[in-house]
Amino acid sequence: MQWFNVILQGVLIGGLYAMFAAGLSLIFGVMRLVNIAHGDLIVLAAYISLMVVQSLDVDPLTSLVFVVPAMAAIGYLLQRGLLNRTLGDDLLPPLLVTFGLSIIIQNGLLELFTADSRRLQAGPIEVETFQLAPGVWIGALPLIQFAVAVAVIAGLQGLFYRTALGRAFRATSDDQPVAQLMGLDTRHVFAMAMALSLAVIAIAGVFLAVRTNFDPAIGPARLIFGFEAVIIGGLGSMWGTLAGGIILGVAQAVGAQVDPGWQLLAGHLVFLAILAVRPQGLFPKVSG
Amino acid sequence: MSRVEHATRSSRVGIVVIAVAVAGLALAPFWGDRQTLRLLAEMFTFVALASLWNLLAGYAGLVSVGQQAFVGFGGYLLFALAILWDVHPIAAVFIAGPIGALLAVPVAALIFRLRGAYFAIGTWVVAEVFRLLASQISVLGGGSGISLPASVVIAMAPTRQMREFETYWLALALTIAIFSAIIALLRSRHGLALTAIRDNELTAQSNGIDVARIKLIVYVLTAFGTSMIGALIFLQKLRISPDTAFSVNDWTAFVIFITVIGGIGRVEGPVIGTIVFFVLRQMLADLGSLYLLMMGAVAIIVMLWAPKGLWGLMAERFGWQALPLQRHLVLGKETGGKS
Repeated sequence: MQWFNVILQGVLIGGLYAMFAAGLSLIFGVMRLVNIAHGDLIVLAAYISLMVVQSLDVDPLTSLVFVVPAMAAIGYLLQRGLLNRTLGDDLLPPLLVTFGLSIIIQNGLLELFTADSRRLQAGPIEVETFQLAPGVWIGALPLIQFAVAVAVIAGLQGLFYRTALGRAFRATSDDQPVAQLMGLDTRHVFAMAMALSLAVIAIAGVFLAVRTNFDPAIGPARLIFGFEAVIIGGLGSMWGTLAGGIILGVAQAVGAQVDPGWQLLAGHLVFLAILAVRPQGLFPKVSG
Repeated sequence: MSRVEHATRSSRVGIVVIAVAVAGLALAPFWGDRQTLRLLAEMFTFVALASLWNLLAGYAGLVSVGQQAFVGFGGYLLFALAILWDVHPIAAVFIAGPIGALLAVPVAALIFRLRGAYFAIGTWVVAEVFRLLASQISVLGGGSGISLPASVVIAMAPTRQMREFETYWLALALTIAIFSAIIALLRSRHGLALTAIRDNELTAQSNGIDVARIKLIVYVLTAFGTSMIGALIFLQKLRISPDTAFSVNDWTAFVIFITVIGGIGRVEGPVIGTIVFFVLRQMLADLGSLYLLMMGAVAIIVMLWAPKGLWGLMAERFGWQALPLQRHLVLGKETGGKS
């Protein structure tokens, strides 16, 4: 029963990883951009939420009303003002510019908020649990977080295949010049994709901040989790990222149960093993 | 007869300037104080690291943000060899090269499955795995790290000054060796292939260059050099811990900054970049995290508006090359024109 619990916790945190991954996968799918600052933007969202919670005295989940639009606006402007300039055949500019951005965000947060670790208090809901089966207890907050993750993935999937914006994303992803010829303003489409990616990041960042302590330096590790979930799940598949996140979460939970020092290592090793035996991921859709 | 030459007038001047500079640096223990020697030795290691990263990213198109894997590996190997097997630390620096290269083969087999930007993050995961594994090795201090025992340090040289001179010269010699090896590689047949890959990978491939093989060779050679420099760095520091050994800031962010500022895809770039980086660091170190923030901003600005870096700007403006690398045709006198 103990192992069942461990795996269940892993699955639930997998939802959070899937949200890290979904934003990454989305912008890679639309514009072949890998955002090295992705993890730091998650942490930035956590800090924005912290400021909202402190100044308006609302609970963290309500702060999403402010954090999501704020992050989306940052994403749109970032893409329009900076990242669009880096796109092209050469791989280096986007990589190095987002790497520079990562350093800027980390040190900017360090300057503003110091290196102290913070946490968002969600109130009584934090400790609320209910019994799933005899001996199996489930926390309300992890469950909400997982449900939100599934909803986010389903929402993105629906947006991609059922809306005009999704059609624009897919068209640009398939063939940028032709999409432009058909009258799409790709600069705007890319900026919308980045805005959407950062909106997802905002949700992930707030749940991260409620769940664990955070400080300005934890971004890169979140980027790596998201990236591993994308590769495990298979490039370009939204539901694949959910599967990837869950596999990563379970691997980490099982590793931590064996030896606390093995939590992160177990996740990385599962990722490398999948890379070795099935480099296209479990549910691939596009080749990168 | 027409022939292909590497040298130009500026490269002949460049060689003389470099020779004088190297001679001056080799004599630094006689004119510099401890502080200067330490700073210079640190600069040498960054020139070497940046040159290696430049070869990898600038020429072979393998943008790695995980070279700290090999820096840290070299460092830990030095400590393991010196503490557990009583190997002389300087011998350990040389052993670190081939072992690092050997390790790079299976690592490459895994991460070469990832393309482009995902390759970059894959290298980072490998470095994280190394860091986490290093913190599991309890004989080498686990997560909190370990110092090189006094007995090992004393065995290197009778006095502290002698030891510092020894590591200084080792740093200079190793950096020159790595720099020269890169130039020799670029002047060779493989170098022509590499330059072609840098300029256009697809065209290079269609002209019969085995791109995958060359990339693998470059990755393994880079690991060789990076592991040696890693061992050397921690021989200078005399202390190692997983966080310092596998630091993404120190061994990747700074190295990328140096290469981008100096000029990526040019061998002169890392040298210029290192000088700029250290001047900025000496001037702005008091600013703490603001200094890093400014560094990130400068890197972005250079990448967007001067993607070839400072040396690239000068090379284009004045047609300079400090080292005889470019090939150009020299038209010979017509036979019989002057008997």
